[in-house]
Amino acid sequence: MLSKLFFGYFAVIMVALSLLVITRRNPVHSVLWMLVLFFHIAGLYLFLNAEFLAAVQVILYAGAILVLFLFVIMMLNIKVEITAERFIGEWPIGVALGLSILMLIYFTTSKLIQGPAGQFSIEAIKAETHTKALGKVLYTEYLFPFEIASLILLIAIVGAIVLAKKRG
Amino acid sequence: MVPLNWYIGLSAVIFVIGMVGFIVRKNILIMLMSIELMLNSVNISLVAFSHYLQDLRGQVFVFFIITVAAAEAAIGLAILVALFKNKAAVHTDEIMEMKG
Repeated sequence: MLSKLFFGYFAVIMVALSLLVITRRNPVHSVLWMLVLFFHIAGLYLFLNAEFLAAVQVILYAGAILVLFLFVIMMLNIKVEITAERFIGEWPIGVALGLSILMLIYFTTSKLIQGPAGQFSIEAIKAETHTKALGKVLYTEYLFPFEIASLILLIAIVGAIVLAKKRG
Repeated sequence: MVPLNWYIGLSAVIFVIGMVGFIVRKNILIMLMSIELMLNSVNISLVAFSHYLQDLRGQVFVFFIITVAAAEAAIGLAILVALFKNKAAVHTDEIMEMKG
């Protein structure tokens, strides 16, 4: 009962915060609402026994990506932003499309049958600690995708520098 | 115990909000933030599946999604800065070189 109440609080707040993010006129307000949303997502991860991911969520999303967004907003002209029209003229079509896709997801997942459970039960993770268990899976079974991820980050760094530098 | 369907429902609602935000907003910055919203909703469903199926693969996938999201944000914002330098425009209806 208490866990359902906890989840209900998180669900209501997170939906409200996402609506605030996409409707605010001032982009700075959107970024700050998104910061609160990311902290709530980290709380939900803690609720799902993924404490390492909760820390990564706070450090990486709230600490790095949102600061990047704030830096870019500082370079733009906020004064024009606040007076300009927010939504495209055909916004009811977008909302209708979203609602139809929500119905589609609801009808496809309402008949969900849970598969067989794996070997990482809560007791097994507790005995080994979550970070260690996750690291073992990441560095043995998913070593090659991990290397590719580092390559993606390298390409992103090079690409960002090339795109943002002055023409010379 | 919260049913798994509730998590999928929450994830779906946030995904759709992000998608609608991407479609209806004019500001490219908010559109990029909507993409982050959609990626985060997928992360929620993956962590929930990982918890309920007692398998850590879902959480490993969340790692890769966070990596790709960071790369996407860096590249997207670099494109936005270059666009703003060249055209002083951040609204999608002011950018019509391709006559779309």
